[in-house]
Amino acid sequence: MQNSVEKYLRMDKLPHIWCPGCGNGIVLGAMVRAFTKINCNQNNTVIVSGIGCSSRAAGYMDFDTLHTTHGRALAFATGIKLAKPELKVFVIMGDGDAASIGGNHLIHAARRNIDLTAIIFNNHIYGMTGGQYSPLTPLDSMATTAPYNTIERNFDLAELAKAAGATYVARSTTYHATMLTNLIVAGATHKGFSLIEAVTACPVSYGRRNKMGSGYDMMIWQKEHAVPVQKARNLTPKEMQGKFAVGELYKAEAPEYTEVYDLLIKKAQGIPKEG
Amino acid sequence: MTDIIPFARLMQGNEAIAEGALAAGARFFAGYPITPSTEIAEILAKKLPLVGGKFIQMEDELSSMAAVIGASLTGSKSMTATSGPGFSLKQENLGFAVLTEVPCVVVNVQRFGASTGIPTATAQGDIMQARWGTHGDHPMIALCPSSVQESFTLTIQAFNLSERFRTPVILLSEEITGHSRERVILPDPSKIEIINRKKPAAGIEKYLPYKPDADGIPPMANFGEGYRYHVTGLTHDQSGSPTTDAEKASFLTNRLHDKIMDHLDEITMTESFMTEDADVIVIAYGAVARAAKGAVRKARDMGIKAGLFRPITIWPFPAKETASMCAQAGSIIVPELNLGQLIGEVEKVAGKENRIIGINRVTGGMIRPDEILDAIKSEVRVKKHAK
Ligand SMILES: Cc1ncc(C[n+]2csc(CCOP(=O)(O)OP(=O)(O)O)c2C)c(N)n1
Ligand code: SF4
Ligand SMILES: [Mg+2]
Repeated sequence: MQNSVEKYLRMDKLPHIWCPGCGNGIVLGAMVRAFTKINCNQNNTVIVSGIGCSSRAAGYMDFDTLHTTHGRALAFATGIKLAKPELKVFVIMGDGDAASIGGNHLIHAARRNIDLTAIIFNNHIYGMTGGQYSPLTPLDSMATTAPYNTIERNFDLAELAKAAGATYVARSTTYHATMLTNLIVAGATHKGFSLIEAVTACPVSYGRRNKMGSGYDMMIWQKEHAVPVQKARNLTPKEMQGKFAVGELYKAEAPEYTEVYDLLIKKAQGIPKEG
Repeated sequence: MTDIIPFARLMQGNEAIAEGALAAGARFFAGYPITPSTEIAEILAKKLPLVGGKFIQMEDELSSMAAVIGASLTGSKSMTATSGPGFSLKQENLGFAVLTEVPCVVVNVQRFGASTGIPTATAQGDIMQARWGTHGDHPMIALCPSSVQESFTLTIQAFNLSERFRTPVILLSEEITGHSRERVILPDPSKIEIINRKKPAAGIEKYLPYKPDADGIPPMANFGEGYRYHVTGLTHDQSGSPTTDAEKASFLTNRLHDKIMDHLDEITMTESFMTEDADVIVIAYGAVARAAKGAVRKARDMGIKAGLFRPITIWPFPAKETASMCAQAGSIIVPELNLGQLIGEVEKVAGKENRIIGINRVTGGMIRPDEILDAIKSEVRVKKHAK
């Protein structure tokens, strides 16, 4: 019998291209497990991705999949969702993809509260191009383009998305893979723009240079630096220094863009509101 | 319902583009405001919801182009409109649409100058950007309307060509046409020919999204129809999967080129006016062709055998037709609102004996008919001397 997660994978496209120890496969695993939990309909779900190691995940999943240009995944996804709101749309991006070149699209998708589920593979680095710093690389880290360590402060992507108008924001890690699956389920069932940041290890382009050890060691690092959000709320900024909160960080209700657009169509056509 | 369209209406060029899009069946527009194209967005923001369509003002032109491609993948006929600076930003995803073979229409109402230039002045400065603005080897179809009427009909043509050939089509208008008001004859909607993308045959086992039919064009399934296929801007094989295989890379690049170049008879549109016996032929496109036609008429009144050849499809450049003009007439005059862009294409196909003369204006204004007439007259004098 077919394993229930295999149904969502293009088994003929595996093995994947990722390096040994890379966390991307764990995030992909969390996604397909989430699909089984929500009993995702493959025929009306679209997976959109940008450019980077992480964005290759789209090609391994058995849906209509769209591997776009660097940073633009959310803009493509906006066109898909608005043109055909009955489609469920997931968007996969890397940290550079989402926060640097695609930063503008990210804040505007959040602002519109359009019903997209964005999953950011945050490996703190430009993996695919070999280890240049991203807007999520922690301050004072080594990167090929920061041979004297980074001097730029990094974004807190979750705070950014929340401030921009996202109505569901969560974070987990590849160490906390079950939590990650559950957060993806919650994000996918939430109506509106949801963002799930998945902290993942890139031992080859980030860990190695920053003396963080193997992919395994980097997962231990995740375990040691992640603080459950309930606990994090009771800690001072000083106590949270160098650590990050995981779990459901923010949730709110707000009108969803494509639903509001349908009302606009009715208004334009002079169709009276129901009730 | 929208208002009942009367038979003839006074319209602005940009309005005619918006109406043409609706008549062609466009149901999605994403754009970012920019002079002198903004009216197209404003009109469609109002009219698309009336027909159940969608309009969105995106955060920039990069995302507008992306949203248009996303919408088209779901089966909506989609368009964006912009001008020079925005057209530069469209180039990234315009190339994506070419490689992934997603039909869509990109309107560029050209304005004057490099960079921000003069937003409210006219020009024909983006001829080469339309052809080669996006990187890598790729085909491109671009149409140039000369009038408000043609802004309407060529917008419909642009959609039809994009659906037929699974490729983006550029409508290259100009500020002067976009902002002119003229009478437009609107055809009975039931008489307008509408072409829709070719769909995969029913009941196929495994859909290969990039496996071409004999005409070089793969049938296109829409997202959400259960085909579950992969679309990528990476060089791909017939299944849509990325590949670095030399043969497959070459096959794809050549097929994209050939699917256009093998069907020039369906794509190339030109107008020839009094060229049969002409000694001097003016080759002009867009708004400039109207001044050229006036000049040719005046020359004929003076007994000079002058003619006008007008490429309506400027990309692919009508090389064969231009070559026969060059074979007909000794002198070819190419007036353009730039420092000489399409003239290079004319020179490529001209004979050694041809005299090719450019008239170039970069003032933000038009070339007047009498300037073209003067050039025609001086060519006649040159010929007399030669005899
Ligand atoms: C417009 C553009 N600029 C630059 C690149 C080169 N590039 C490819 S992937 C990438 C960064 C990827 O980093 P990230 O988004 O974090 O993804 P990761 O590989 O780490 O998963 C860059 C800069 C590109 N493909 N396109
Ligand atoms: S470079 Fe880093 S992110 Fe990319 S596959 Fe290798 S380990 Fe993973
Ligand atoms: Mg990264």
